[in-house]
Amino acid sequence: MFKIVRREEMTGGTVILNEIEAPLIAKKARPGQFVILKANEDGERIPLTMADTDSEKGTITIIYMVVGKSTALFKELQVGDAYQDVIGPLGKATHLEKVGKVICVGGGTGVAVLHPITRGLKEVGNDVTCIIGARNKDLLILEDEMRKASNDLRICTDDGSYGHHGFVTQVMQEILKAGDVKLVVAIGPVPMMKAVSKITKDFNVPTMVSLNPIMVDGTGMCGGCRVTIGGETKFACVDGPEFDGHQVDYDELIMRLQAYQEEERECHKKFCTIRDAK
Amino acid sequence: MAEIVEKTEKKSRVPMPEQEPKVRARNFLEVPTGYTVKMAQEEAERCLQCKKPGCVTGCPVGVDIPGFIDLIAQGDMSGAIRNLWSKNALPAVCGRVCPQEIQCEGKCIVGKKDAPVAIGNLERFCADYEREHGTGDLPPKQPPTGKKVAVVGSGPSGLTVAGDLITKGHDVTILEAFHKPGGVLVYGIPEFRLPKAIVAQEVNFLERLGVNVECNAVVGRTVSLDELFEQGFDAIYVGVGAGLPKFMNLAGENLVGILSANEYLTRANLMKAYKYPDVDTPIPKGKNVVVLGAGNVAMDSARTAMRLGAESVKIVYRRSREEMPARGAEIHHAEEEGIELFLLTNPTRYLGNEKGRLTGMECLRMELGEPDDSGRRRPVAIKGSEFQIECDLCIVAVGSGANPLLTSETPDMRLNKWGYVITDPATGKTTKKGVWAGGDIVTGAATVILAMGAGRQAADSIHTYLNLGW
Repeated sequence: MFKIVRREEMTGGTVILNEIEAPLIAKKARPGQFVILKANEDGERIPLTMADTDSEKGTITIIYMVVGKSTALFKELQVGDAYQDVIGPLGKATHLEKVGKVICVGGGTGVAVLHPITRGLKEVGNDVTCIIGARNKDLLILEDEMRKASNDLRICTDDGSYGHHGFVTQVMQEILKAGDVKLVVAIGPVPMMKAVSKITKDFNVPTMVSLNPIMVDGTGMCGGCRVTIGGETKFACVDGPEFDGHQVDYDELIMRLQAYQEEERECHKKFCTIRDAK
Repeated sequence: MAEIVEKTEKKSRVPMPEQEPKVRARNFLEVPTGYTVKMAQEEAERCLQCKKPGCVTGCPVGVDIPGFIDLIAQGDMSGAIRNLWSKNALPAVCGRVCPQEIQCEGKCIVGKKDAPVAIGNLERFCADYEREHGTGDLPPKQPPTGKKVAVVGSGPSGLTVAGDLITKGHDVTILEAFHKPGGVLVYGIPEFRLPKAIVAQEVNFLERLGVNVECNAVVGRTVSLDELFEQGFDAIYVGVGAGLPKFMNLAGENLVGILSANEYLTRANLMKAYKYPDVDTPIPKGKNVVVLGAGNVAMDSARTAMRLGAESVKIVYRRSREEMPARGAEIHHAEEEGIELFLLTNPTRYLGNEKGRLTGMECLRMELGEPDDSGRRRPVAIKGSEFQIECDLCIVAVGSGANPLLTSETPDMRLNKWGYVITDPATGKTTKKGVWAGGDIVTGAATVILAMGAGRQAADSIHTYLNLGW
């Protein structure tokens, strides 16, 4: 059992932070790696990239958006409750290297995944500008943490309620125009990563994205997480989760992410009906 | 001699009672329901008690087959199961999933003129009888040696190693990457062929003997082999299975609706997705399903799809019926349940719609040519024979390769060119000191019993090592 020692509700309860006791994973985990969590006996195995780890305390932190039955079930877990299973660390760690000027772009809960990577890139001596965005001010997460993790933080909101009024891509484009950017890291909704990669390709700036396709085992055994990278099939769980953003077939990924959309909608509805009746 | 002739003439093989095909094709209950005591004793009487039994030579773990069958005939069921356990830690499993027709039963003298003695059915009977009526007594254990052994993977070979070494007095810990122990017995073989309660009971038996089972431990990620040695383990057995699904590399393979058999069966079996939405893991319910391949995994996938409510299930295989690698019983059961065989048929590409979902596939008719490297006649495409099959779900069951997760993190353990672990065939020793390997990660995808045979051999070698050194 993996006990929750800290829990925060963000953005009015649609995004949840859990700090979980998992000493073996905390000791081994590197930025960019993920874990698979399962709430109870009949639960689904959900992959989530870690937002933070603390090897001394023996904890890992995950931040997830409540989107379906499984995450709704996660949300019910309070401090002192436990996940039945946490497996990891899985996937390849981010290659952290000093290259110079770096832009880290995050959207939605992707900001959580971006957090340890941004910090790692800064720690090895890069000049990291971070751009994070959300639909509005209330949906923005980890502002203080990201400010600390980077050299410069820019904020965008779609409705202009905070920071730059507009998309992260617009701010990124301005910085790219100023020149000298050696690397872009983009983590967020697939359409955002696709848009970022399209622009950085024009600027010829290497771009890394972190993908989160549907998976079961996370060890290369099922092949459910296959993604097309430069025309070749890769397994995100063992070959990734990070890939060259210019090589990813985003449209295929978007379609594959919708594989169980109908089933999930029904299952979630049923869960909410039962929960609300209680 | 006269007596033997009389026996073979009088009695034909006792058929295994089974659920009706039409009923079972839509449920997940076990298909064969098992012999009664009377049936088992009647079948046991058919054994000739040969002085030089061929059946034993056909068994990869050398079970004393005439011995346990004779005990059944005498009504000593407790003696029969103990006789089995002395050579085979998992009789309930083997009685159900071993390819008996090419092993023990294939060498049975009775089988020369009549159907062979139903050794598999009798083995299963003993294990089931013990489970239902047994005393639950544990086999004797040697005094503790103070030596620690880590077993990586809890499939059939790992369980065998653990069972052998715990009774020899060693301290055994099994490390399993999934959240539940059993390996392929749990994620791969469906409930209707091997009920999961039976696997859980086998694992529980080992735990009662003192084996520690640690789940969620991905060796190669959570912990490395060298770290296990640092933690104080004296020897390690690697039985992680093959575990890398092969695909056909055809156009359209990443359409939604195309799954590896590993994924499909893991969802259905380990995650119990056939109970969705009562459990949380979904599984695609195909209306028209195609399964590529003709081994046991293909049969399991096809029969699972039928049970999930498919209107049609087709096995597409490029060779002919004779070359199908599945157990005879599985092919027979599949056909009885209404699964169609599209033999001498090879898929060439997948067809999809604008939403990226599978709608069908294009295939070519094949004919058999000259024998290939495997000795089987090579299928050759018939020009211009393209045709389309409509399908919304395709399960790819064309074999597995070597999963590199552990091996790539263990550079001093040598691999062959296909990525399988190189071992001494007599002992299972790898090129890394203190590390043994066996099962599919050494041989490539094979059977439960061969993996158990490898485990037995490695356990003997590990025991020798712990007493005498490398």
